[in-house]
Amino acid sequence: MLIALVARDVRRGYAGGGATLVVIFFLLVATLFPFAIGPDAALLARIGGGVIWAAALLAALLPVERLVAPDLEQGVFDQLATRGLSMALVAAGRTVAHWLCFAPPLMAAAVAAAGLLGLPGALLWRVELGLLIGTPALAALAVAVAALTAGFRGAGALAGLLMLPLAVPLLIFGAGALAGGGVGAFKLLAATSLLLVAGSPFVAGAAIRAGMD
Amino acid sequence: MSAPLTLDGVACMRGGRLLFEGFDLRLAAGEAAVVTGPNGVGKSSLLRLCAGLLAPVAGRVVAPSRSLLGEAAALDADLSLGRALLFWARLDGARDAARDRVAAALAAVDLAVLGDVPVTMLSTGQRRRAALARVVASGAALWLLDEPANGLDVAAVARLEALVAAHRSGGGAVLIATHVPLALPDAQAVTLRGPAAASC
Repeated sequence: MLIALVARDVRRGYAGGGATLVVIFFLLVATLFPFAIGPDAALLARIGGGVIWAAALLAALLPVERLVAPDLEQGVFDQLATRGLSMALVAAGRTVAHWLCFAPPLMAAAVAAAGLLGLPGALLWRVELGLLIGTPALAALAVAVAALTAGFRGAGALAGLLMLPLAVPLLIFGAGALAGGGVGAFKLLAATSLLLVAGSPFVAGAAIRAGMD
Repeated sequence: MSAPLTLDGVACMRGGRLLFEGFDLRLAAGEAAVVTGPNGVGKSSLLRLCAGLLAPVAGRVVAPSRSLLGEAAALDADLSLGRALLFWARLDGARDAARDRVAAALAAVDLAVLGDVPVTMLSTGQRRRAALARVVASGAALWLLDEPANGLDVAAVARLEALVAAHRSGGGAVLIATHVPLALPDAQAVTLRGPAAASC
């Protein structure tokens, strides 16, 4: 049953053209920095990893409005709840689906962004590993924030205010892992990611439930 | 097997306001009930209680196998009608039989020819019938229909009445909230008045 839900959400995620939008936005943000800072190759290579992380965070905001609100409006969650499904489980399924729609294109685009910023190959690997660990948390946060803001006017702006502060630890540890050295930062990133992935579905589930009242 | 629907002393509160309390209703197999009453008295809330979408503040709701026709159709607008219905039919059990059940349900609401048309192209009445087809295909014992006749033409209303009758003769139960008078032989009439009126 959960597989059917995830399959539906993945199909909707890609059918809506959302993945393309995320990739384009991500690359756009990443290219803003060279324009703003100037073509100093050494400087860009040094800040490039952090730029990619910041761009990933901003790109993660983009799909938030489409994650929960349309289905809430369409009564899809009502139908699922009528069938006795737990909303936390549904939110967990949606998180998996959103990650599948959002992380692979983003990680592919990160390769392009690394090229644009002139990042060395070793650093690119650290960025990709960090994104692999961090994107599940971004997906989980996006679903939780989408559920919390669904039905509000100006939900998109509100979602940004809610989500960005919560994602700051990911940014710190994700960008911190680029500095080189041991695997400590990756472990902290993984711990943060695990916490967010484990907690968010319950928040999202409770928010969706509350929205039915 | 227990009755398709049992409500025991149910009280419902919305936004801090008590809509009704001490509400009892029991639908056995083959029975139907029609809920009437003025706007805002809690007809939809009663159906949402039965569907498990609202929690009663007091009392007990037992409805083991139910299907809800709410305000929204809950059909993916970009899919063809057949595929949108198939998603729900598959969630409702038997994967292999789902396709046949959807085809039968579409025929039952006279939309068989529109199975390949995207949901977004359907008219209001057609969408309403499509949502009804979702309920028909669910195979649930209890149908909860919230204003099922909204947007339906005369022929479709007659078809709705026939569908309800067929479901009842097949051992199902139906709870309907409606403003439009429907021909439902020996259905229980439930009138919600609201606590203010009741205490006068």
